[in-house]
Amino acid sequence: MKIAVCAKYVPEATAARRIDPETKRLDRSGEGALNQFDVNAVEEALKVKEADSGADASEVVIVSVGPERALEAMRRALAMGADRVVLVSDEAAAGSDLVATSRVLAAALEREGADLVLFGQQASDGDGAVLWAAVADRLQRPLISQVAELTLADGKVRGKRQTEYGYDVIEAPLPAVIAVSDAINEPRYPSLKGIMGAKKKPQETVSLADLGVPAEEAGEPGSRTTVEALGDPPARGDTVKIEDDGSAAEKIVDFLQERKAL
Amino acid sequence: MKLLVLLEDHEGRLQKDSLGVLSKAASLGGEVEAVLLGSEVEGLAADAGKFGAQRVHVQDDVLLGSPLPQPRVDALETLVRDGGFDAVLFAASVLSADVAAGLAARLDAGLNYDLTDLAVEDGKLVGKRPALGDSVYVEVGWSSEPRLALVRSGTFEPKESGGSAEVEKFEARFQDFSLAATMVEQAHEESEGPSIEDADVIVAGGRGLGAPEGFAQVEELAKALGGAVAATRAVVDAGWYPYAAQVGQTGKTVSPKLYVAVGISGAIQHKVGMQSSGLIVAINKDPNAPIFEYADLGVVGDLNEIVPKLTELVRARKAA
Ligand SMILES: Cc1cc2nc3c(=O)[nH]c(=O)nc-3n(C[C@H](O)[C@H](O)[C@H](O)COP(=O)(O)OP(=O)(O)OC[C@H]3O[C@@H](n4cnc5c(N)ncnc54)[C@H](O)[C@@H]3O)c2cc1C
Ligand SMILES: Nc1ncnc2c1ncn2[C@@H]1O[C@H](COP(=O)(O)O)[C@@H](O)[C@H]1O
Repeated sequence: MKIAVCAKYVPEATAARRIDPETKRLDRSGEGALNQFDVNAVEEALKVKEADSGADASEVVIVSVGPERALEAMRRALAMGADRVVLVSDEAAAGSDLVATSRVLAAALEREGADLVLFGQQASDGDGAVLWAAVADRLQRPLISQVAELTLADGKVRGKRQTEYGYDVIEAPLPAVIAVSDAINEPRYPSLKGIMGAKKKPQETVSLADLGVPAEEAGEPGSRTTVEALGDPPARGDTVKIEDDGSAAEKIVDFLQERKAL
Repeated sequence: MKLLVLLEDHEGRLQKDSLGVLSKAASLGGEVEAVLLGSEVEGLAADAGKFGAQRVHVQDDVLLGSPLPQPRVDALETLVRDGGFDAVLFAASVLSADVAAGLAARLDAGLNYDLTDLAVEDGKLVGKRPALGDSVYVEVGWSSEPRLALVRSGTFEPKESGGSAEVEKFEARFQDFSLAATMVEQAHEESEGPSIEDADVIVAGGRGLGAPEGFAQVEELAKALGGAVAATRAVVDAGWYPYAAQVGQTGKTVSPKLYVAVGISGAIQHKVGMQSSGLIVAINKDPNAPIFEYADLGVVGDLNEIVPKLTELVRARKAA
């Protein structure tokens, strides 16, 4: 079984995030990391591989669209146990919106021909939580999103997922596209051996041309949405943030009494 | 301007958020039409007229009986490709988000998501959305038609304007891959479990509690404060707490006088369910947690240290 995991390189959670007023794109000059939500997808892929009777023949490949230095962040997935990385990195793909990103990602996935394509819950820098549906449509494959429990049997995949009304159980034949929730599993930590071995695993960087995607179908020319203006959010009133020095509980109670909430 | 709004239904009712988006569309002026996709839903269509739709397109088909996105993309493609719509509007739900993004790929049409406002400026539709954990506001546009817009859940209230709609049936063919996923078990609204919507005080727990047992201290604090217990999707999905107590986009929307968030990061999908609370107090060990952006009092610290002490102090002050 071949499993592809779509993973994004995002600004580090601790880095101050800003949108560049010139380009109106997210400033990606700071430190970056593998999107935390995609770590759950990597873990789930490894579990599927481990449970597969033909585990030796099974493969987990990480597929990402991003800048060249994303490769280093993707090594975390290799250290966890993924087999290789394909990074689509091309100046012409920068600034891609949903339509353009889904086109590039689908082309990379098409080339891999995986039985199972996994997505994370959302990109922490965009909070779209929608890319999978665009990619599934381009690949013409069945889709199950928000999956909190995944099972595979007899060439079919079954997902339990939460909606506004409770839990659905949906089934689809392979090959299929699945997006997982952040509660589906507890991702493993990479072992020292895993970290040491990661560097030696295959890591391929491909261009749009390698995928046969014309440059004008990616990046800003291939996008259909625009950012017109940036502004400050509406004032949200006074927010107070304190560090616990042992007296936080007292401070909370005082605050509640002051605000007549006790 | 000609707008189309996707209506969602569940067990014989039109979903509130989609009616909210319809009402908003009606307030923007121009031609407003709606589309309803499902099985035995034709009877619901006329209702949309009251919320501003002049015409409702209906595809009533057993193959649309389950709330699955892909056949809906096929249906919308048929309607939208030659329908001359300037924009197609969706209210974000688990189902509609997947429909909107699938349609974007199908039509190569731009989709702006997580919108919290829509306006018409110089005859053009403009979307507004907070970004980066709601820390900046962005005005977004589209460079092609139709413009697809996905509105953040709970953004617009339905408003009855008292009109009536013409109902028009249409048919669309489904692609094989669109029918490949099937519903094995479908969620039904449950009225069981605790009711948190009417509570004046809510103490909510998240994954920071570390284990299901962690909810014991949340329950103690809630008892001391005379409040109810709530949870995030992450802990509900993990089976630590019942779904009936979940707050957020796919859970309950609450507005207690006091909301205490314990070990909760404060994701947008959680925020939409509790942002109108009177006072928000958050305890989280990560100083960068998004919840600190909107908590009236944010405490950076270990909940295991703070919560038991807090419970005792609340008891003592209440007794005093
Ligand atoms: C379509 C969709 C719908 C969704 N609907 C909902 C919804 O209805 N409701 C909802 O809640 N979510 C919803 N989500 C999920 C949401 O995006 C988040 O993933 C979820 O809210 C995270 O839950 P959490 O805060 O419990 O966990 P986490 O994000 O893992 O946060 C745990 C927090 O605990 C803190 N912590 C850990 N240990 C301690 C300690 N000892 N002391 C203090 N703090 C500690 C950590 O710093 C962290 O910030 C939805 C997502 C999608 C895509
Ligand atoms: N540039 C990217 N490259 C690979 N996968 C991505 C990329 N952007 C998003 N994804 C995947 O799509 C999921 C949802 O992203 P989004 O819809 O942007 O929130 C993420 O959790 C990833 O699995």
